[in-house]
Amino acid sequence: MKFEYAPAPESRAIVDIKSSYGLFVGGEFVDPVDGHRFKTVNPATEEVLAEVSAAGPRDVDAAVQAARGAYTRTWQRMRGAERAKYLYRIARIMQERARELAVLESIDNGKPIRESRDVDVPLAAAHFFYYAGWADKLGYALSGREPRPLGVAGQVIPWNFPLLMLAWKVAPALAAGNTVVLKPAETTPLSALLFAEICQQADLPPGVVNIITGAGDTGRALVEHDGVDKVAFTGSTEVGKQIARSVAGSGKKVTLELGGKAANVVFDDAPIDQAVEGIVDGIFFNQGHVCCAGSRLLVQESVAEDVLSRLKYRLTTLRVGDPLDKNTDVGAINSAAQLERIRELSAVGEAEGAQRWSPPCELPERGYWFPPTVFTGVSQAHRIAREEIFGPVLSVLTFRTPAEAVDKANNSPYGLSAGVWTDKGSRILWMAQRLRAGVVWANTFNRFDPGSPFGGYQESGYGREGGRHGLEAYLQ
Amino acid sequence: MSDVTPRLAVQKTYKLYIGGRFPRSESGRSYQVSDATGRFLANAAMASRKDVRDAVVAARKAGPAWSGASAYNRGQVLYRVAEVLEGRRGQFVDEVVAAEGLSVGTATSLVAAVVDRWVWYAGWADKLAQVVGSSNPVAGPYFDFTVPEPTGVVGVVAPQSSSLLGLVSVLAPVIVTGNTAVLLASERRPLPAISLAEVLATSDVPAGVVNVLTGRTAELTPWLAAHMDVNALDLCGLTDTALAHAAEEAAADNLKRVLRPSTADPDGRAEPDWSAEPGLERMTAFIEHKTVWHPVGI
Repeated sequence: MKFEYAPAPESRAIVDIKSSYGLFVGGEFVDPVDGHRFKTVNPATEEVLAEVSAAGPRDVDAAVQAARGAYTRTWQRMRGAERAKYLYRIARIMQERARELAVLESIDNGKPIRESRDVDVPLAAAHFFYYAGWADKLGYALSGREPRPLGVAGQVIPWNFPLLMLAWKVAPALAAGNTVVLKPAETTPLSALLFAEICQQADLPPGVVNIITGAGDTGRALVEHDGVDKVAFTGSTEVGKQIARSVAGSGKKVTLELGGKAANVVFDDAPIDQAVEGIVDGIFFNQGHVCCAGSRLLVQESVAEDVLSRLKYRLTTLRVGDPLDKNTDVGAINSAAQLERIRELSAVGEAEGAQRWSPPCELPERGYWFPPTVFTGVSQAHRIAREEIFGPVLSVLTFRTPAEAVDKANNSPYGLSAGVWTDKGSRILWMAQRLRAGVVWANTFNRFDPGSPFGGYQESGYGREGGRHGLEAYLQ
Repeated sequence: MSDVTPRLAVQKTYKLYIGGRFPRSESGRSYQVSDATGRFLANAAMASRKDVRDAVVAARKAGPAWSGASAYNRGQVLYRVAEVLEGRRGQFVDEVVAAEGLSVGTATSLVAAVVDRWVWYAGWADKLAQVVGSSNPVAGPYFDFTVPEPTGVVGVVAPQSSSLLGLVSVLAPVIVTGNTAVLLASERRPLPAISLAEVLATSDVPAGVVNVLTGRTAELTPWLAAHMDVNALDLCGLTDTALAHAAEEAAADNLKRVLRPSTADPDGRAEPDWSAEPGLERMTAFIEHKTVWHPVGI
């Protein structure tokens, strides 16, 4: 059965993208001093959206100085209740401008408007609302310790959830009394620059939030800057390790939220239709550009055939295409470089002997696209079972006993998330205890909330974001 | 005629403590340990890279049972350590006097504090989760909670100067939460650590939960810091900032959690005040928070 939908595009008219953007330093947009300009494109069309500044070392220094000045003069000395009200203001303005943020996010990132509208933006606003309430209650956050802010936080975020990752970083930092210099990802700077405008609208004191755009060099200069007291990074494990090395001996406090290769474990007594929805949500949400994506499906042998046939049928109903269409399920791959990596690892999957399958699906001619893909016959040694692909590619493995499921699930240097699908309550808790992962979703997947701590074990990084635990990362 | 020869004391051979056994270093090396006045005390085993690796294997092997034990059980085991230690206070007073050059009076109260520290940490075993864990009120029909879990195998560089109280103050918080430990004893004052291992071996602490190595800190730390099956490091006892820096860099290869050397004074040389109540920091440095979600519905 094939469902036909009429196009239902969200209007782009609501966003006003400038032709060129400066850096947001000390409450103003300024031209880079020793940086250069680069372009950000719409990955769904390859259309150039705007020219953005890449901050050079002196620009980074100016931003850190601005943050330091705001920290010592204003923010650290402000009563928590007043800091709280600024954060509440920001949350409210984000809600007021939600549609604009969502459209801009989808244009710059390629993610479906359904997700930016229903997940990214509401959750980002909720993060500010949640942490606002902590700003005047810090004394209750730490057991037996006096809460003191750290100073200037240097924050580097990825391109998969640009605004949401900004909220995860900025909201707790500000609530705790720190000031920030944030670098959004090179390919998705626009929502952070719109957030800078929101800070202006909220009358946030200049220098409390500074946003510097750029690529890896800018991020490195920020992380290694002597004036930074705290480093928070979300991104690849490879870069996370570089950061851990570069801050060694500096005394800087660090939190790292890195890669993953999550096992999504389906037992034979699971509600199969719900599990199939969970598998789809786990790996095809946000084109699989999710560090906690359920990229390894572990399905019990006795139901493997049934689960796979229902999964494949479900994938034929996924709509891949225009991110701004409200019916779109899977949008564009964020960049040419990422598309290349997904293609390369998928080719390796085939070369190593796994069977590749994708639903029949027409991809747009322009832009960066990759169809939802399932690999079966995957062994634990295959690269597609070990390495993070960060795309809409699912590797399927099977198991017979719960103990085998645990062994296979934990056979990874990562440890960010895991899923369990079973109708048996005691088995859920038994599995949850044994899975070496920071987040375990049982009979659900890819759920997020500002009040729910998130972060990894092992090489998925350290520290938690969200909840009271996330606040601790920004307090001494 | 009575024998006028004075009785010759039986001297102890101080060996390593790995996997519940007391082996010599596989390298066959030892080094001289002197008391605070420079008088020869004993030859301690000089552990090698291979000993570090054996200790990590033992610690990894002990992990599942120890972390899987109930918190109540771990608390009782730690309390048992205090009980056994209490009965051997005299021996440890002598050891601390010899190692640290303290007066008998000071050493006596220090050893009492050591026993009390085990009791203090024993009590945390089944309480920490209630203090640092949480139930999370998420905006949706889900039950969502966060619990602390042990990080895994923790490499501990014990304090160089406080050979017993400092040692226990870094070891107990690592194991009470379910981690297993590979501990490098104070280089110049290693003997109390090995005597403590004898207490642990007879206190229901399962084999491999604590492994004690004696030897050169500068030789052993880099192997421990770079070992890919070690999950975390407590660098407390590193007085050399270059060595601490290098250890932290090596730790990045598998993203070990690192508790840096204390910076009680600006040079980072002074040890923390071990007589003060510890706080949670040394426990929370070596736990992971796991968040579990489940839908609510009928």
